[in-house]
Amino acid sequence: MLSTQESTLTPSARRFPFPFREDSYRYSTNVEPAPQFVPTDAGGWGDRLIEIDPHYGSELEERAAILDRDPSRIAMLPHMGPAVWDTITTLLPVLATDYPDVMCFTREGRRCHWRNDLLGLDIDFVIGDASTLPMEPLRFIGSQIQDDIALLDQREDALWLDAGVITFAADWSLGFDVGMRFLEVHGPVPRVHEEQIITRAQQFLMRLQPGEKFRRTNWTMTVDRRLDTSTETYPEWGPDRLEVVDDPDLAKRLHLRVEVQHLIRLPHSGAILFLVRTHMISLAEISAVPAWRQRLGRVLAELPEDMADYKGISRYRHAAAQWLLGG
Amino acid sequence: MTATAEASAPALHNALELVLADVTDRTPSIRSFTFRDPAGNELPPYVPGSHIIVHSGDKANAYSLTGSGVLTAEYTISVLRVDNGGGGSAALHQLAPGARLSVSRPRSAFAPVATARHHLLIAAGIGITPMLSHMRAATEWGHSASLLYAYRQGEGAHLDDVRELCGERLLECTDRSSFLAALGVRLGEQPLGTHLYVCGPQGFMDTVLSAAAVAGWPPSRLHSEPFGTADLDPGQPFSVTLGRSGAVVDVPSGTSLLKALEDSGHKVPFMCRQGVCGECILPVLRGTPEHRDLYLSEAEKTANNSIMCCVSRSRDAGLEIDL
Ligand code: HEM
Ligand code: FES
Repeated sequence: MLSTQESTLTPSARRFPFPFREDSYRYSTNVEPAPQFVPTDAGGWGDRLIEIDPHYGSELEERAAILDRDPSRIAMLPHMGPAVWDTITTLLPVLATDYPDVMCFTREGRRCHWRNDLLGLDIDFVIGDASTLPMEPLRFIGSQIQDDIALLDQREDALWLDAGVITFAADWSLGFDVGMRFLEVHGPVPRVHEEQIITRAQQFLMRLQPGEKFRRTNWTMTVDRRLDTSTETYPEWGPDRLEVVDDPDLAKRLHLRVEVQHLIRLPHSGAILFLVRTHMISLAEISAVPAWRQRLGRVLAELPEDMADYKGISRYRHAAAQWLLGG
Repeated sequence: MTATAEASAPALHNALELVLADVTDRTPSIRSFTFRDPAGNELPPYVPGSHIIVHSGDKANAYSLTGSGVLTAEYTISVLRVDNGGGGSAALHQLAPGARLSVSRPRSAFAPVATARHHLLIAAGIGITPMLSHMRAATEWGHSASLLYAYRQGEGAHLDDVRELCGERLLECTDRSSFLAALGVRLGEQPLGTHLYVCGPQGFMDTVLSAAAVAGWPPSRLHSEPFGTADLDPGQPFSVTLGRSGAVVDVPSGTSLLKALEDSGHKVPFMCRQGVCGECILPVLRGTPEHRDLYLSEAEKTANNSIMCCVSRSRDAGLEIDL
């Protein structure tokens, strides 16, 4: 029996969305209704659409700094204005309901009031009037939640990635992808095209009805809990992937990076809102949960080479698997 | 615009229970109904051009919402009375304020195209209702739109509304020849990037769509109101035999096979309940599934040896699964 030592669990482990249902991992159209609570060996996750954790302040500061430095991380084609307002008027009430002690949203026609005590923010704004917000609307909603945001317009029997605020991408680039079709966005991913996973996902998404909410998880690994692993900053983080293999601190430096992705049909604009919330946990933290330690070790050892290459983990994944399964 | 959803209606999924707050006659045969939440809460916002399914008696009908969809203190529909129609419009016309009704959440199947540079709206008769919604939304968001409205003298519903809303952007026609002339002009002069939306009787929509095709409009810029495509229909009742125990499980209309199996104490793995993830696959021993999923390939569907039980049903009485 694998037992978990409560005392060594970190708070982030208790809420960590451990993604593996088996000892091996393959791509699938793994969508499920959201929100819904999922128990794990360390606790559980998923009962809220927007998860606020102790990193809230620091991650939002990091996002702001990235956007100041590199404006290409935020993009919006001109027809996406209503979808952005739809995002704001959909997410703020959700936050106010889930975090009533620190957040409050009220609305009278187009006039809205928003209070966010975590950020010391108390504002009145008018839907459709960008000048009533402290910053451009897309950046504003990106300053209230830790999730990266993408918006897809539906037309010509396809979905188009036409707006987003993406500062914590797992090796892709919004500046490069904006304006592309959903199928083109997934062009570089191995296997999914032969296996019809992406066409199936697109059909599913195009059928989503207003207000419907689903989610899926995706995962990779990252050295040193670095959120910004976008293609633009590759020179800063790429070399770590080689160097970490021989580091005695491997287990502290290597993190399992899990994205909880929400797929929401916005009620008025009809756009698809795609939220990507990144959670990270080090191998050292994972080892406090023996069932996770073993399962991740087996998944990493078994993962086919093309998938490991695509995820960018092939240099260190066997070292990681050995550490996890060795002790 | 109305269309019959079901002759005898299944229970609506996740319906709203609303109170009829107001009834207004628009023409001798068209009446507007305004619904509110009994507790005074806001109703879900909706995409312009959306419809709701309204239950009255044992009938259910789809009706277009006439608001912009942004401010949704109430839902308003306009209903043409069809005395011998299957959908219950006559029953609706009997209702008085205060009545309680079961109403579906708004479904979007006739949305404006966000990238359009201009929206050309064309309506006949009761087909004005989704156009009113489109026009209101376009006005609220400052998008370019114009309306061509054909109606019989004395029977134009919502004339005051559209005149006030559109001003110069409205062209009214009360006979067929002036409509066809106006249509020809509009189809010829529309700038690149215009999208056309049409709603009205089927013959009218066919006329407009074929004239547009002749005038060189690509199909991707033509949109007509199709009702009922967004919903998976509830399906016929059937029963299934479980190969291992011989037990028989009944699956009523509107209930999925997965739900029926769960309700009778059988655990089946699942995730999406939408026919896409692949988790709920079950081997078929006998019978012919009615495949309604997106997961199985065409070849697998033809082979008929598996079924995605969250959405698929049975074509015949003899379905047997390995469970
Ligand atoms: C049900 C819906 C979806 C499915 C099944 C799906 C599936 C996948 C899979 C399997 C990968 C490879 C991930 C990896 O190995 O690390 C991927 C990557 C990606 N997905 Fe999705 N995805 C979905 C929705 C979306 C949406 C709505 C967007 C928004 C635009 C999106 C954007 C991306 C991007 C940008 C990548 C990285 C591609 C690259 O390498 O450039 N996905 N997706
Ligand atoms: S539960 Fe996903 S296909 Fe049936």
